[in-house]
Amino acid sequence: MSTEIADKNRDEFDIEILNTVGKPFIDKPEDIKMATRDCDVFYGDKQAIFGVDLDIGKNEIIAMIGPSGCGKSTYLRALNRMNDTIEICRVSGSLTLDGQDIYSKKQDPVLLRARVGMVFQKPNPFPKSIYDNVAYGARLHGLVSNKADLDDLVEASLTKAGLFKEVKDNLQKPGTGLSGGQQQRLCIARTIAVDPEVILMDEPTSALDPIATAIIEELMDELRHNYTIAIVTHSMQQAARISQRTAYFHLGKLVEVNATNDVFTNPEHQLTENYITGRFG
Amino acid sequence: MPLNTILITLLLLLVFSYFIGKGRAIAVSTTKSNGRRNLHSLPSYYGYMVALWTVIPAIAILVIWTIFETQIVSSLTFSSLPAELQQEGQSSFGLLLNEVKNAVQSGQVDSFTDPVKIAAAERYESVRSISLLAKTVVVLGVALVCLYLGWRYIKPETQARNKVESIARWAMILCASIAILTTVGIVFSVIFESVLFFKSVSITEFLFGTKWSPQTSIRADQAGSSGAFGAVPLFVGTLLISLIALIIAVPLGLMSAIYLSEYASSRFRSFAKPTLEILAGIPTVVYGFFAALTVAPFIRNLGESLGLTVASESALAAGLVMGIMIIPFVSSLSDDVINAVPQSLRDGSFGMGATKSETIKQVVIPAALPGIIGGVLLAASRAIGETMIVVMAAGLSANLTFNPLEAVTTVTVQIVTLLTGDQEFDSPKTLAAFALGLGLFLITLLLNVIALHVIRKYREQYD
Repeated sequence: MSTEIADKNRDEFDIEILNTVGKPFIDKPEDIKMATRDCDVFYGDKQAIFGVDLDIGKNEIIAMIGPSGCGKSTYLRALNRMNDTIEICRVSGSLTLDGQDIYSKKQDPVLLRARVGMVFQKPNPFPKSIYDNVAYGARLHGLVSNKADLDDLVEASLTKAGLFKEVKDNLQKPGTGLSGGQQQRLCIARTIAVDPEVILMDEPTSALDPIATAIIEELMDELRHNYTIAIVTHSMQQAARISQRTAYFHLGKLVEVNATNDVFTNPEHQLTENYITGRFG
Repeated sequence: MPLNTILITLLLLLVFSYFIGKGRAIAVSTTKSNGRRNLHSLPSYYGYMVALWTVIPAIAILVIWTIFETQIVSSLTFSSLPAELQQEGQSSFGLLLNEVKNAVQSGQVDSFTDPVKIAAAERYESVRSISLLAKTVVVLGVALVCLYLGWRYIKPETQARNKVESIARWAMILCASIAILTTVGIVFSVIFESVLFFKSVSITEFLFGTKWSPQTSIRADQAGSSGAFGAVPLFVGTLLISLIALIIAVPLGLMSAIYLSEYASSRFRSFAKPTLEILAGIPTVVYGFFAALTVAPFIRNLGESLGLTVASESALAAGLVMGIMIIPFVSSLSDDVINAVPQSLRDGSFGMGATKSETIKQVVIPAALPGIIGGVLLAASRAIGETMIVVMAAGLSANLTFNPLEAVTTVTVQIVTLLTGDQEFDSPKTLAAFALGLGLFLITLLLNVIALHVIRKYREQYD
């Protein structure tokens, strides 16, 4: 038994990650939504992400999996410059959205985040009414000109997030009073209301029970037709259920990217196989 | 044994009984087969229990005895005096007793020639020494008996930790109730004196009168009138100066709090926040002469160059300086509550493409609002109660005006001037101070109630 554990650990640390295996790139340029080349992320002196090359396609759900601390959330936050709010964080390499460099001086991070929205691990509705939560982004960006349009937008966003039926009589009640699953759907509705092109989700269901998780997974499948979704998840079943492509991160490096089916049935890299078969992580 | 020797003995007993208790606990536990596991609590808890049981009853007796000792000793001395002297009554006896006490304490009993005094001194001294001896015996006796009982009580199943914890809980309740009782006592004494004041001056005159001139005549034939006690100019002056102070302090304090918590680098913040808080540590008297010697002349010269008449002691000068003084109350508390707003709310807002200022205005400030109101309110009550700056910079003349360029006076300043005179303590002039104090207390109470209501109603609660 003890030698087996020792073998397992040797597996994990002796295998060298030279290059990303699988298919990190998308063949047709018109299908690419976001692309990163040689992306490094540093926290102070510590490097968290090492040279990630990856394309994210239009209207696809790409799942990012890997053990805790492997850098998948850091990479996700680099995609809409959320890391800018952390003083010591630095990103280098090329990151593009529709071919345009998102870290160029001309790019305003605020406008970028309106195009690349984010849903967080812990539901974080604002301490405002349900209506004001959803209307928040639309008001900021001046997306609607009058109250009736705003009402329509709020209703449409809540409907898309599958929450409208449950809350339509309580739109003026505080968003913080909803259950955890409802709060997360409210956060998704809030993000949709800004009409982003890409939605980044950082473990959006890890704080929810299985029923609320199922509702949100169903919702993501519908959203795929209009948005590009990148999701970080700890649940391999979730990645297998909802994503078209899966990226496996390990110690800050992108180990393997492939069609989700291939990753889970026929992993190319030893580390990926170890992880998905539950040998570590 | 004198009082401090008794106390030192009790202290030694406290330490001694701790070790006795602890040792006994270890001794009774190790006689059983599986040793200290048998003990309900750790051995030191048995020590604490015995120590507290030894000292607390003894201290209680000592305190009660000492409180009543003086009275009992003097009444015993009084009853020993000759009958004709007793008939002269308590006041002359008080004088005699004081004389005797002083003589006994300084060892000058020999200087008495009056046989009555010598007898009284002897009697006093003997009663006092008996009382002291009895006190020593009773207190130490009780302590030793309690020590023995506590020692006997120690068995492995004795729940010593629970007993010590319940004593600690009672001690905390005692501390909390001392604070509350003191407040209640102050309020009642103020109310009581105010009632006396309203017997000589009507409430309507006090509340609605617009003339404040508290000089009353000491003798009937004295010129200088009966005084006027209309408190309106004082309260108007207080509110005017506090308002000026808040107009200065709230924007400055809030803006600096937002800058410090949201924009400043952590290095700048760690230097700037304590520096700002130093403002609250400057004695108000220093602010006072800063206001009187620097700010007030500056405002007067500025006003004159603009063609305005400015009094040399103006409400504006006092208000400005007071505003600077209360900035840290607003900024420091607001900074704390803004920092307490979870980062996840800011991330949520940024993640939707909100700018930093939009996030602050629409998410952070509303979430932090109850705390910010609390800070402003604390600053307001500080401004209303502030005295020294106003004494030095705003003057004493009770003008009823809303013009910040004129001299005004405040409630607190008048309280100071009323009580520092050499008036009798039951004259309307001195009693008026208590009525003013009561009015001030009611105003700050009202402010607190309003603020609590506002907070409850507009609170945007995050978890």
